[in-house]
Amino acid sequence: MVSTTRKLEPPSDDKRWNIVVGTMRRNGFARHALIETLHTVQESFGFLDEEALNFVAQSLRVPLSQVYGVSTFYHRFSLKPAGKHTCVACTGTACYIKGAPQLLAAIAEKHNINPNETTADGSLSLLTARCVGSCGLGPVAVVDGAVVGKLTPDDLLARLQEVMDHHDD
Amino acid sequence: MMIEKFAAITAEERQAENEHDHTIKVCVAAGCLSSQSNEVLTALKNGLGEHRGCHVKGVGCMGLCSQGPLVAVATKTNATPQTVMYQNVKAEDATEIVQALGKEPVARLALNTDVPFFQRQTKIVLENCGAIDPERIEEYIAAGGYQGLLTTLTESSPSEVIDEIVRSGLRGRGGGGYPTGLKWTTVAKMDGPGKYVICNADEGDPGAFMDRSVLESDPHRVLEGMAIAGYAVGASEGYIYVRGEYPLAVERLKIAIRQANRLGVLGSKVCGTTFDFNVHIRLGAGAFVCGEETALIASIEGKRGTPRPRPPYPAEHGLWGKPTLINNVETFANVPAIIRKGGAWYATIGTAKSKGTKVFALAGSIQNTGLIEVPMGMSLSEIIHEIGGVPIGKCKAVQTGGPSGGCIPAAYFDTPVDYESLKALGSIMGSGGMIIMDESSSMVDVARYFMEFCMSESCGKCVTCRVGTVHMYNLLDKIYQGKAWRRDLNTLEKLCDLVMNTSLCGLGQTAPNPVLSTLRYFRHEYLNKLLDGAEDGRMATAATTQPLEARP
Repeated sequence: MVSTTRKLEPPSDDKRWNIVVGTMRRNGFARHALIETLHTVQESFGFLDEEALNFVAQSLRVPLSQVYGVSTFYHRFSLKPAGKHTCVACTGTACYIKGAPQLLAAIAEKHNINPNETTADGSLSLLTARCVGSCGLGPVAVVDGAVVGKLTPDDLLARLQEVMDHHDD
Repeated sequence: MMIEKFAAITAEERQAENEHDHTIKVCVAAGCLSSQSNEVLTALKNGLGEHRGCHVKGVGCMGLCSQGPLVAVATKTNATPQTVMYQNVKAEDATEIVQALGKEPVARLALNTDVPFFQRQTKIVLENCGAIDPERIEEYIAAGGYQGLLTTLTESSPSEVIDEIVRSGLRGRGGGGYPTGLKWTTVAKMDGPGKYVICNADEGDPGAFMDRSVLESDPHRVLEGMAIAGYAVGASEGYIYVRGEYPLAVERLKIAIRQANRLGVLGSKVCGTTFDFNVHIRLGAGAFVCGEETALIASIEGKRGTPRPRPPYPAEHGLWGKPTLINNVETFANVPAIIRKGGAWYATIGTAKSKGTKVFALAGSIQNTGLIEVPMGMSLSEIIHEIGGVPIGKCKAVQTGGPSGGCIPAAYFDTPVDYESLKALGSIMGSGGMIIMDESSSMVDVARYFMEFCMSESCGKCVTCRVGTVHMYNLLDKIYQGKAWRRDLNTLEKLCDLVMNTSLCGLGQTAPNPVLSTLRYFRHEYLNKLLDGAEDGRMATAATTQPLEARP
C-alpha cells in the first residue's frame, strides 16, 4: 500500500487533535486504522462530531460515508456529547435477572431520562452496556468509570446524587 | 540462550519467595477491583511495617467473585505449607490480617476452602489465576510459562506441534466445538507467507466473563498459545481482538506484550530462532456480531462488522484475504499446557468426544457466583448444586450459551456437560456462561430478553435476521403482556424455523434457540399467557404444572 504522507491541518488548534493525529501516524495513516482512530476521538472528545468525522475521513482517505457507517454501527461511538456525569447500567443476562430493569426504572422516574438520553441540564447521561463482565456482582452499573455492584435502585440513586453533588461544589 | 535466561529468572523468583515466610495475595481482577480490592492491597502493603517475613502482591481471579475482595495468605513456616483465604476483606481489616500472620487466622473473615466449590475443580486454563501477578512475566516463567514455546521452537517441527494438538482432542472453546487440530492443519496447508493468527476475545455473550478473567489474570498464557499456533501454521503476525468494555484486560495485555517483546519471547527472532511473531491488539467497539469470525475480520480491517457467507472460510481467505487461524481465548490458553504435558495427557481428561476441561462463569440466582473450571462430562447437577451451592429444588432452569443457547430445566440436570449432550437438549455449550434462574424468572420474559438482545445486535445485512428478530420480539412481547392468541404462537414458531434456516450467520441462525428451548420445556408458561391458551379453549388460569413434552 503506497502511503502519501499528505498531512492535513486539524480543524482547530485544540491539543486533543495531536493525540488523534498521533494514533493515525502510529498506524501509518492506513485505512484499517479507522476504528482505532475513532476510539481515540471518542476518548479524547467524548463524542464524534461532524468536524471530527470529516477530518478522520480525509486524513485516512476513507469516504465520509464509510466513516459515518462505522461510527453509527458500533455502540461505543456516540455522535452526541455526553452529560457531565455518565451512568452505564449493565443489562447483561445476570444483571437483568438480578434487577437491572428496576434500576433503569428508578433513574427514569427520578431524573426523567431513558437509556441513551441526557438530562435537560446536561448533568447526567444514562447508557446501557451488554455485560461489563462483573456478573458476580449483579446488578452492576458503571458510574463515571467506577464499577459499582450489588445495587438496589436506592443505592444507585444515592450514588448518582453523590457524584453529581460532589462535582457541583 | 533463552533456556539459561529462563532458569536464571526461575531461580531468582524462587529465592525471592524463599526469603518470605508468608505471601499475601490480593485479587486485583475486575470483580474484586470493583469492590475496592486495590485499597485492600495498599492497606496491606502499608500495614506490613516492620514485618520482614511477608510479601504482598496483587494476583488474578481466585474464582469466588461474589465474596470479593478475596485475599489468600500462603504460609510455609509450619511443617506443611498452608493457605488461608479471606473473604469480603476491607482496607480496615489489613492490620488484623497482618497481626494474625503465623498465628490463628482471623476467624471473622476466613473462607472455608474445604467445600466443593474449591475441591471439585480441575484447573488447567486457570492454573495460574490467583497464583501469579499478571503484570510480571517473571512469575509466569517461574510457573513454567514459555517453556512450551521454547521447546516447540527448538525441538519440534510445525507438523509435530499440530499432531500434538490433534492428539489432545481439543475443540474450539468459543462455543462451536470445531476440532482445533483440524483447523490448524487446514491453515498450515495453505500457501504462505502472510498468514495471520487471530485471538477472539470479543466475549459478547451477556453473562459470560471467562475470557476477561483469563486475560486479566494470566495474559502471557494466551500470548504463548498464540505464538505456538503461529509457529505451527506458519504465521508471523497475530491480532487479539478485545472488547472495548474490558479496559483492564487491554491494559494487562499491553503490559504483557511489552514484557514479552523485551525478553525476546515475542517479536522478531523469538527465543533466538528464525521465527518472528508480533502481536497487535485491536479494540472492539461494542458489537456482539463481531464475535462471528468473518465479522471480526471485517472489524480488524476497519470496516463495519458485518459477516459474509462462508465458504471460503477464514482458514483460506481471512484477514486481508490471507489464510487466517482464528481461535478463542480459552482455546489458546489450553495450548501451552498441552504442549508442556503432551496431547495424550490432555486426552485422558473429559469424555470420549469432548476432551479436557471447560471454564464456566456462574451467575444469576446462585450462592457461589464466579469462575470455575471443571472436567468435561461433569453433570449440570454437580456444577449447580454442589459447586454452585444452590439447594436442590431451588433452581428452575439454567441458561447456557447466551443468546445463541437455550434454557435447560432442572429435570435434565443429570446431563453431562459436553458439546453433544447440551446440543441434544436444544442448548449449546457456548463460551461458558451459565445463568441460574429460580422460580421468580418467567421463561417468556427470558426468551423476550434474548430476542431483544438479538434484535438490537443484528447487523442488518440479511433480511431474515434484521426483520425476523423484530417480529419475533414483538410477538414475544405481546405474549408476555398477555395480549396474544394461539395464532400468534403459531406465527412465532414458524418465524423461528424461518430465521434459523435462512439467516446468513450464527447470530441469526441461533437467535431462535432461547425461544425454541423455552417452548420445548416450558410451553405451559406460554400457553398460560395466551388469551385462548387452555386446551378446551377457555381462558387459561390454572397453571399446567408438568412441562409438556418436546414439540413434534
